[in-house]
Amino acid sequence: MSNVIGVGASPKRKEDLRFVTGRGNYVADIKRPHMKFGIFVRSPHAHALIKSVDVSAALELPGVVAVYTGADMKADNVGGLPVGWGISGKDGNPMKEPPHPPIAHDKVRYVGDAVAFVVAESVEQAEAAAELVEVDYEVLPHVVGVVEALQPGAPQLYDEVPNNLCCDWDLGDKPAVDAAFEAATHVTSIELVNQRLVGNPMEPRAAIGEYDAANGQYTLWTTSQFPHVVRLLMGEMVLGIPQHKLRVVAPDVGGGFGVKQFHYAEEAVVTWAASKLGGAVKWVCQRSEGFISDAHGRDHVTQAELALDADGKFLAMRVQTYANMGGYLSTFGPNIPTNLYAPLLSGVYVIPSIYCGVKVVFTNTVPVDAYRGAGRPEATFVVERLVDTAALEMGIDKFEIRKRNMIPASAYPYQTPVIVEYDSGDPMACLERSMDLADVAGFEARRSASEAKGFYRGLGVSTYVEACGLAPSRLAGQLGARGGLYESANVRVHPSGAITVLIGTHNHGQGHETTFAQIVSERLGVPFENIDIVFGDTDKVQFGMGTYGSRSLVVGGSALNKASDKIILKGRKIAAHQFEAALEDIVFENGEFSVSGTDRKKTFSEIAGAAYVPFDFPLEELEPGLEEQAYYDPVNFTYPGGAHICEVEIDPDTGVVRLDRYTAVDDVGTVINPMIVEGQLQGGIVQGVGQALFEHGVYDEQSGQLMSGSFMDYCMPRADNLPNMVIQPHSTTCAHTPMGVKGCGECGTIGSPAAVINAVVDALKPLGVSHVDMPASPNRIWNIINHSSVRAAAE
Amino acid sequence: MKAFSFEKPDSVEAAVAALGAEDTLPLAGGMTLIPTLKQRLADCSAVVDLSGIAEMSGITLEGNTLVIGAMTRHAEVAGSDVVKKAIPALAKLAARIGDQQVRHRGTIGGSVANNDPAADYPSAVLALGAEIVTSTRTLTADEFFLGMFETALEPGEIIVSFRFPVPEKAGYAKFASPASRYALAGVFVAKTGDAVRAVVTGAGPCVFRAADIEDALMKDFAPHALDRISIDSTDFMSDIHADKQYRAHLAVVMAKRAVAAALAEGGS
Repeated sequence: MSNVIGVGASPKRKEDLRFVTGRGNYVADIKRPHMKFGIFVRSPHAHALIKSVDVSAALELPGVVAVYTGADMKADNVGGLPVGWGISGKDGNPMKEPPHPPIAHDKVRYVGDAVAFVVAESVEQAEAAAELVEVDYEVLPHVVGVVEALQPGAPQLYDEVPNNLCCDWDLGDKPAVDAAFEAATHVTSIELVNQRLVGNPMEPRAAIGEYDAANGQYTLWTTSQFPHVVRLLMGEMVLGIPQHKLRVVAPDVGGGFGVKQFHYAEEAVVTWAASKLGGAVKWVCQRSEGFISDAHGRDHVTQAELALDADGKFLAMRVQTYANMGGYLSTFGPNIPTNLYAPLLSGVYVIPSIYCGVKVVFTNTVPVDAYRGAGRPEATFVVERLVDTAALEMGIDKFEIRKRNMIPASAYPYQTPVIVEYDSGDPMACLERSMDLADVAGFEARRSASEAKGFYRGLGVSTYVEACGLAPSRLAGQLGARGGLYESANVRVHPSGAITVLIGTHNHGQGHETTFAQIVSERLGVPFENIDIVFGDTDKVQFGMGTYGSRSLVVGGSALNKASDKIILKGRKIAAHQFEAALEDIVFENGEFSVSGTDRKKTFSEIAGAAYVPFDFPLEELEPGLEEQAYYDPVNFTYPGGAHICEVEIDPDTGVVRLDRYTAVDDVGTVINPMIVEGQLQGGIVQGVGQALFEHGVYDEQSGQLMSGSFMDYCMPRADNLPNMVIQPHSTTCAHTPMGVKGCGECGTIGSPAAVINAVVDALKPLGVSHVDMPASPNRIWNIINHSSVRAAAE
Repeated sequence: MKAFSFEKPDSVEAAVAALGAEDTLPLAGGMTLIPTLKQRLADCSAVVDLSGIAEMSGITLEGNTLVIGAMTRHAEVAGSDVVKKAIPALAKLAARIGDQQVRHRGTIGGSVANNDPAADYPSAVLALGAEIVTSTRTLTADEFFLGMFETALEPGEIIVSFRFPVPEKAGYAKFASPASRYALAGVFVAKTGDAVRAVVTGAGPCVFRAADIEDALMKDFAPHALDRISIDSTDFMSDIHADKQYRAHLAVVMAKRAVAAALAEGGS
């Protein structure tokens, strides 16, 4: 029983010893015999026809092994990159899904689109040769803005996609919404831009493909959040490799945030090139290359309206969003601004009817897909900016309008008008707790103090709810998922009683090796240090769906819990046999199997040992061994939520927004490891603050170039931009997951942008400001202040 | 990075001789050159590392002149008691260049020779009216900075040291780009007797003296003297972080803060 570390404890993370001592094993660290190195030649043009690609000069350089073009891959019948989730438009027709070749062969559609792959004995030789690949482009007009791409006469990316419109999607009862707006006392209308973001995980992407002709075996090492899905998509649909001959390994991965949950062209290209060359080919993405080849996030333009009655009660919401997909559909691209967005527009409020239309649009930009939060930060931003604006317009206190419309705890489970049914939650408790912790009552005094220094101070609040734990497979299938999204776990008890867990999720910073070990330690009474978690290798781990959408604990942890149940049952059977007792008389408690009402007991280790060296098991009923596998498919999404309050101080001389106070009260369900949860919330909030104040993937309309293509120009949030945050979970128990967990990975990123922008708008309210776009950069804020008519009149 | 040969001479003469060869680049701290080489934006057959030349490093006060060797690292300037006593504003400027790693590699000579429009040191060199001692001659700051990444240095000529006259008062304030932390607008002000120099960096294509600010400060060396000043933004830079009107405005705000900092230091 010693060293059981279970639910609610905060042991130091098991994985950190190797990380902090530099002993992690990342793809870039891996060396294979006779390994070659590949460099991609990428398009400098946003939109162009490829007239020809001349590789002859490149091939003549010393050390160059091969140069491959899109035409070579096409000639070899390599397939396009598949989309994992299809959607249909309001006319019932499926989305337009043009082919996405791993290397472009007829046309390039964004700056960074790959046009050739150079393989050499060294990186330097490959780089030199890449400069000699001569591509003859016929440059075409391009379009980078999502609204501009829909305009008549806009450049067309695909012949088969008129007006660049991939899909005209909608959700909700439009006649009912329109009628509610007709009857409304007050209508609040806003226009928002949810700007393009670049994920920038600390470790850039990398991939090594290897082919062993002697046994027809392929191996891909890749920086992936879901190696099994890469094996499925790439093996079946792109390269036609039988699954038993393809091993995909995602070893230590230095952060994902969604950026690494897609099947990327580079994975297929290195694997295919390896098969052509009969060895190993390695590609490591440069940081600047990552900016123009990692899938981006967000990039919405939205018009939204809220209908209210005279008391400020919400009657209906009407939203039209334009979502930028970039030049091709990435793995989950079309799902993000539709199914992961519109169903969250009810927020934590009673809104009788909601309608949301989304135009999903191609442009000459890097493909857009899921980025931490994925659709839900965008939805929360719409809801919380609408609510704040309505409060301002109607003269209702920002907390009061939220409380007046909030779903009461007694109303759960709560069916929204937009598909989802929230199983549990208590948003009012979160809001009130956050108001206490943030000392909302003391704000006016702090505001006066700032004013005395010549600064503006504002307080902003955002409530939120998200849908995560992807995903209930039946519902996901109805929404267009091309596969169920369960998770698997295998608990392998060794004869000593020590345990190896094989799980289909992937740990790339979330602390799974610790949290999952705590679950097993608690359930089976096994010492924490005797449990190892294995993931990320398709040759070791049974099939799994990977890590994204705050699903690992919710779906993977639940599978692990279920497998633990099976272990206990098998252990009881073994104990019943050993004690010659009836199964129903065997009790498992505190790591011991005992015969009820007696002092006869055996430890978990004793039963594990007996399982592997049996002499007299009745083999028809009881097989040797102690290893169990379980698959778990949630019955519903989980719905974490909460309330975030933020205070900012603005220097009118420079336009700098200083984040002074931040308070977050989040309902994440049962907390397994409070330290890890706080870290996840903190990191998530920082990424949301990054969107609100700093980050912006800016395309130049004239040239089609990404202007913010390095850390010199793409502003990441840093430690000195942030105050110490007050983070306190206030949890209700999830009604349908076995441990009551809801997930916490994306909460911070979802709740924070609106809290920060609401605070900025509140600060500038005396100047007549009612909206500020993200990021609230110093130049943008100074322009607003400088052009304020209120300020001019005062001076 | 492309292949090149590497030399590390131990005297200025040997460095100049090595740099006489074709297609050769001097390496000071490498804060610009190394990334440029790594991105294959620069190309050379040899790199001449100047870090082995003892006479190019170090800090001394000679009468009323602060002498700083060209290869002196930012961290050494920031931490030097001699600098902190003679020209505290210069130590503070050095302490805010880049980050820890940059300050322990980057050098004053490399920064000034590169003349990046957003670098910090050129503003101090020009505002303090320093002399730039090179391998062949001594230049005044006024004749040194010619334009964006352009200086009076001839090919093969390297900076050996800087001679800063100690001013009566000096101050520096910069508004750092939120992304790169280079100056979007930085102003170094120096007062000696009745003369005031105010130099703006980060805002235009090259450091420049702001005459309107200098005139106002010569009448009254105080922040409020600049309350009604605005600078013509025509020649300022615009980019995704700051438009030219904002940069011109920031230049005045930073000038005020630089004066406040200079006054807070007291006399030197």
